Amino acid sequence: MATRIEISGLTAYYGKFKAVADVNLTIEPKSVTAFIGPSGCGKSTVLRTLNRMHEVLPGARVEGKVLLDGEDLYGPGVDPVNVRRNVGMVFQRPNPFPTMSIYENVIAGLKLNGVRKKSLLDERVEESLKGANLWDEVKDRLNRPGAGLSGGQQQRLCIARAIAVEPQVLLMDEPCSALDPISTLAIEDLIQKLRSSYTIVIVTHNMQQASRVSETTAFFSLEKTGDPGRLVEYSTTSQIFSNPKEKRTEDYISGRFG
Amino acid sequence: MTTEPDSPADAGTRGTGSQTTPAATEPSVPAQPTAEKPDEVSTDVTPGEAVSEAVSESEAVSETAAASDSTASSDRTAASVSAAVRESVPVSETKGDLTPREISPEPGAKPKIGLADTLFKNLTRTAGIGLLVLIGLIALFLVLRAWDALSANEGNFFTTETWGANDTPPVFGVAALLFGTLLSAVIALAIAIPVAVGIALFITIYAPRRMASALGYVVDLLAAVPSVIYGLWGLLVLAPHFNGTQMWLNDYFGWIPLFDVGEGSVGRSVFLASVVLAIMVLPIIAALSREVFLQVPITHREAALALGATRWEMIRTAVIPYGKPGVISASMLGLGRAMGETIAVALVLPSTFNISWNILKPAGNTIAANVANGFGEANDIGRGALIASGLVLFVVTMVVNMIARAVIARRREFSGRAA
Ligand SMILES: Nc1ncnc2c1ncn2[C@@H]1O[C@H](COP(=O)(O)OP(=O)(O)OP(=O)(O)O)[C@@H](O)[C@H]1O
Ligand SMILES: [Mg+2]
Repeated sequence: MATRIEISGLTAYYGKFKAVADVNLTIEPKSVTAFIGPSGCGKSTVLRTLNRMHEVLPGARVEGKVLLDGEDLYGPGVDPVNVRRNVGMVFQRPNPFPTMSIYENVIAGLKLNGVRKKSLLDERVEESLKGANLWDEVKDRLNRPGAGLSGGQQQRLCIARAIAVEPQVLLMDEPCSALDPISTLAIEDLIQKLRSSYTIVIVTHNMQQASRVSETTAFFSLEKTGDPGRLVEYSTTSQIFSNPKEKRTEDYISGRFG
Repeated sequence: MTTEPDSPADAGTRGTGSQTTPAATEPSVPAQPTAEKPDEVSTDVTPGEAVSEAVSESEAVSETAAASDSTASSDRTAASVSAAVRESVPVSETKGDLTPREISPEPGAKPKIGLADTLFKNLTRTAGIGLLVLIGLIALFLVLRAWDALSANEGNFFTTETWGANDTPPVFGVAALLFGTLLSAVIALAIAIPVAVGIALFITIYAPRRMASALGYVVDLLAAVPSVIYGLWGLLVLAPHFNGTQMWLNDYFGWIPLFDVGEGSVGRSVFLASVVLAIMVLPIIAALSREVFLQVPITHREAALALGATRWEMIRTAVIPYGKPGVISASMLGLGRAMGETIAVALVLPSTFNISWNILKPAGNTIAANVANGFGEANDIGRGALIASGLVLFVVTMVVNMIARAVIARRREFSGRAA
């Protein structure tokens, strides 16, 4: 189920503005990769090019290649809708559909795929919620509104919703930045659990989180405002944090750790 | 003012708060080395401090002032209160002139605000009570007039179809009028709602940005056109060209009783009036629906897209459910306008008094149109009768609105606004 992601010569624009330039990196299957770097360096932008969510914004476009198990996401005739069904995404702010119950939220993606059979849906809801470490907390109120959960629970609900369609890759853009430390730990535990079945890419501002959950880390940075962000260093997490090759990586990491 | 270092627990609870406060990227606050998550603490504490300092300074350290800041999100309010409490002691020591007690003797700002407050309170209270009394008097007057006419009525006001309110003895009833009102308004909405929602969706989601704003402007403009224009247009332009359409409906959909003219002919029908009404209420519903759809948070739309929804599926999963209460409210506004519409309908319909489900025949009337047509020549009883019919329209409108509210309220926790 997990998939290798090869990014080559990736450049992303917002209208005329070049947000990131010439990113090359390969993400191994069933690994957790962290994207770190200062604000505005293009972490979210790169992440969103991996499931073609970048082009949803008006004027936004992408150059270069993103290969998912050898197949170019940006090749001719590739339907972004199909890409997004294979590459799940969890956003910074928990965003369960407010008009739906917990149950309906989890099956939202399955319904889009045309799954209608009640028994199958029930099964997948339980599976996904267990997978997201949320089942015990909500199993008695599956028909209550998803927006009525706590922030951390909502985020886990969003993860359940994303994994319910059994994607190959799971993208997470600062999934814990709106959460308290306890919920953050719950999500980190969950990532540890999911790594055995998914290729996971996570954007985080939290160095300790990056070192806790990921085995490879990509450090992005930019020279000055207005310049495009670039990939500065990409290596194993232990190497990045203990023995970075680039001065800029070291500055960034040490500056943050004080 | 010096910033005390927060205890870890304090910082933790505030760290969960929203980041919507201004100045989130203020660079001057150093990262806190002991905190578990440096990024969150440094971005969130800054605005919290800024807000609480602003509050405690400008409001002269009154706890109630900070606490009554009900528009702020709850955690921010809590932060302001705790900050105000925490800082009230040092402030009163160092800047004693800021405490309320020491301001009051001199003719400063505090007493003046109190006076203005009392004045404003009394003014609004008087105005409110006065308005209620006035409305009550108007209602009383109308009911009394209507009562006179109703007690003189020889027919049954609710079942009689004819309107002989000026005859002696007067025989009249609202049955046919009420039927025509409801039928024409419902058909008008049945036409207008799908089209209006379609237009609103097109403007908010499909149209390129420049086209969207131009279209939005046009729709807003159309909503402001006076109804007599629509009526005249319906009478002079639409009616002569509409018989073909009506014949076509009769020919192909005659198996539906609504469209079966039988031996009769088509003409200035309830259907024609409904179409005019539909065109009239369409911009209102479209304009309001557009506003509602624009408010669907982009995060919900992206959530749907990221699950692999096409644009239409995204509309169905995220946009329409979120906007539904708003669209219902907009439709109720349209319904009210359609039921109450006077002049456009009076111009189009031939003012007959009979209940018929056949909407293509030249027949029909509505309560409002009947008032417009009949008020001039009516005698005392006749006017009372018209007023009575107007009260019926009022009650019906109110009932419909209450039903709509109940429908919206039933799904309140799923509306996305309750939480
Ligand atoms: N919708 C947009 N329209 C125009 N420019 C954008 C848009 N979103 C991001 N940008 C720009 O693209 C650049 C990269 O932004 P991006 O959001 O990828 O940064 P980031 O690394 O995720 O930052 P952060 O850590 O603050 O989330 C920034 O200069 C930003 O201003
Ligand atoms: Mg980002």
